[in-house]
Amino acid sequence: MVELKNIKKTYNKGSIIAVEDISFNVDKGELFGLIGPDGAGKTSIFRMLTTLMIPDSGTASVNGFDIVKEYKAIRNCVGYMPGKFSLYQDLTVEENLSFFATIFGTTIKENYDLIKDIYVQIEPFKKRMAGKLSGGMKQKLALSCALIHKPTVLFLDEPTTGVDAVSRKEFWAMLKKLKQQGITIIVSTPYMDEAILCDRIALIQAGKILSLDTPEKIVTNFQDKLYAVKANNTYKLLTDLRKFSLTNSCFAFGEYLHVTFSENISENTVTAYLEKLGHTNIEFKTTIPTIEDCFIKLITSP
Amino acid sequence: MAETVIRTEKLTKRFGDFVAAHELTFEVDKGEIFGFLGANGAGKTTAMRMLCGLSIPTSGKAMVAGFDVFTQPDEIKKNIGYMSQKFSLYEDLTVSENIKFYAGIYGLSIKQIKLKTEELLTELSLKNEAKVLVSELPLGWKQKLSFSVALVHQPKVVFLDEPTGGVDPVSRRNFWDLIYYAADKGVTVFVTTHYMDEAEYCNRVSIMVDGVIAALDSPTNLKKQFSSDSMDDVFYKIARGAKRSE
Repeated sequence: MVELKNIKKTYNKGSIIAVEDISFNVDKGELFGLIGPDGAGKTSIFRMLTTLMIPDSGTASVNGFDIVKEYKAIRNCVGYMPGKFSLYQDLTVEENLSFFATIFGTTIKENYDLIKDIYVQIEPFKKRMAGKLSGGMKQKLALSCALIHKPTVLFLDEPTTGVDAVSRKEFWAMLKKLKQQGITIIVSTPYMDEAILCDRIALIQAGKILSLDTPEKIVTNFQDKLYAVKANNTYKLLTDLRKFSLTNSCFAFGEYLHVTFSENISENTVTAYLEKLGHTNIEFKTTIPTIEDCFIKLITSP
Repeated sequence: MAETVIRTEKLTKRFGDFVAAHELTFEVDKGEIFGFLGANGAGKTTAMRMLCGLSIPTSGKAMVAGFDVFTQPDEIKKNIGYMSQKFSLYEDLTVSENIKFYAGIYGLSIKQIKLKTEELLTELSLKNEAKVLVSELPLGWKQKLSFSVALVHQPKVVFLDEPTGGVDPVSRRNFWDLIYYAADKGVTVFVTTHYMDEAEYCNRVSIMVDGVIAALDSPTNLKKQFSSDSMDDVFYKIARGAKRSE
């Protein structure tokens, strides 16, 4: 459904590389995630695929249409929710929605089924100016506007950034429903915990794909034995474990530290070292890596 | 007993009929990392603005860094640090210009400014970037710099409003190393975040729902109380019933 071949994009006369030689495919009906921090190149990829920007080199197609030669056809069949709120602040909720429907030659009524679950939540405020909506409501309106012409591919650029953990869960539940209706979705996010909700993900950093696979496979590819360690004073534990001669990597993960060692190690060796330094209530166990562990390993390994 | 740096009692802010923050009562100790969580629209920003001396409460009491939010808001502003992800540094000034600017604003002497600039550039390993425009720094470095700038006048308490948005997981953790380091030196850290793993790094966490503090305790105790294995789950259990969203 979406195909990128050796796409490259630079800014500032080539001095800033936004996207470097990126290739990947997204299948029909797939929920595909671009996972990476600010500056990774996520937005540049979206702008090229939605024909708002032309790549320096490489080719790409959406729904079979070339992003450069057939940009008009693409614009008719994709929905795009940019990272920055881009609806008309001085139009009401209803006016915004009907504006987008009209532009695409349809009506709210015709495709109401598709947006119903999302739109009913903001419908009580349909006479309110879009600029006066809360963050969560703006997000729902933007999604409704991106869907109103029944696109085949939906591009969502960081839809959950700055959104609280409960609303984020709700948003992903909405995406799952849309996916069931056969819409192909490409979504970007800086939240690593959202990666597991995608069918496949590309982990990207500084314009390059670090890894591309199903979340399960990416986790399986993490070969090191990973341990979770906890003690009374987390900060001291972190600094002491980083000084330990056999420690390979050590990062905070919620209430535990996630640690890998350069060789097979027994629990006793580590706890003895820590006890000598005055740590108490030491807990030491193996743990299953998360996508975030994998990402950290990919960007820290030479 | 630990020194109390923030103390509020039934702190309330109304906008007309709307009660943005309702009877907030809590204390934060010196050197504590205090996580201030809540759903969008729960009233976090309103509460923070009152504590920073930017918004006069409707009723209640609050002392921050030894000053009263009703009568001494300007003293509070001089004695706290503030960093938000949205606004902190001037992109079109260099690294050292930003440090000098903030140090000057907070009334440091020319001699102190010079010393402080040197000190920060060394601490952050930014000596070679001193003359680089902030706009050219990677986001992770910008965040570290704006945190240090927020501490330039050695405030008793620093308010961090979603400080780590958008950076990679390693930079995010490096930033928390700075927070731990500052707290270790006795600075009180008051921080908001949407990353629930970061809630676990706090000594205590408060969770606001619809203008009130619905829960306040250490992450360990909160997890026990709500029979959850993570703060993410605790937050979900508390905040999913929220009626309002901003």
